[in-house]
Amino acid sequence: MSRSSLLLKMELRSNPEMLCVVRNALGELAAKFGFSEAECRAVVLAVDEALTNIIRHAYLGDPERTIEASFRRILGQGDSRSGDALEIVLEDSGVTANPEKMCGRALEDVRPGGLGLHFIRESMDTVEFSRSNGRNQLRLVKILHVQRPQKGS
Amino acid sequence: MKISARHLDKITIFDISGDIDLATSPEFRKALLRELRELKMPRVVINLGAVRYIDSSGVASLVEGLKASRDIGSRLILFGLNRTVREVLQLSRLLKIFEVYENEEQSVAP
Repeated sequence: MSRSSLLLKMELRSNPEMLCVVRNALGELAAKFGFSEAECRAVVLAVDEALTNIIRHAYLGDPERTIEASFRRILGQGDSRSGDALEIVLEDSGVTANPEKMCGRALEDVRPGGLGLHFIRESMDTVEFSRSNGRNQLRLVKILHVQRPQKGS
Repeated sequence: MKISARHLDKITIFDISGDIDLATSPEFRKALLRELRELKMPRVVINLGAVRYIDSSGVASLVEGLKASRDIGSRLILFGLNRTVREVLQLSRLLKIFEVYENEEQSVAP
């Protein structure tokens, strides 16, 4: 990662009412970053689901806790592509996430719940969870896929 | 999110607008399950045409409504799915389990 620049930093309350505020700001940021409309919707969905998980599972529904969100431009490296990427880091000081519960669920199992993590993984190129100094950190990366003009056109 | 209900013979039609997310899905779920579990309506139709955003909690509410409708032998029908709603339901791979129509006329047809 040779370059990294901070684009936006937020500190928000763990209140579900804040989710639409983050979605609106992130939608604008992702569009300015250069993502397509579909990619913007994917990034917004992933971050919304991640924040929902923090509110529900890390803070157990307490609306008065704090979530930090930072958004950076980085040089991203995916399985099949690399380039400018949007890195999103969400931090909370809630209870430790249970790795066994972070596997999602079989989608063939038709029942309410358990879809959020699936949405996050489907929407982002990188999803990494870590915990240090009593804080959970979720790192999400979406690589900007730039359409290059074809030779001779 | 705004939610309003209309009744047409033995059909309940919900018109939903705005965002269905963690903040609003409990109200949506409660209204939906009331029509199915308490009032036992034979058909519940949901107009999603003005929904700007739906997350996994909104999808979960729809799945719960579908299960409740199956429990009592009624029909849960969705119509007016815009691109955003359709994308999320496709991502969940649950779109195929719902009865989906293009418009209200088809949804309330005998």
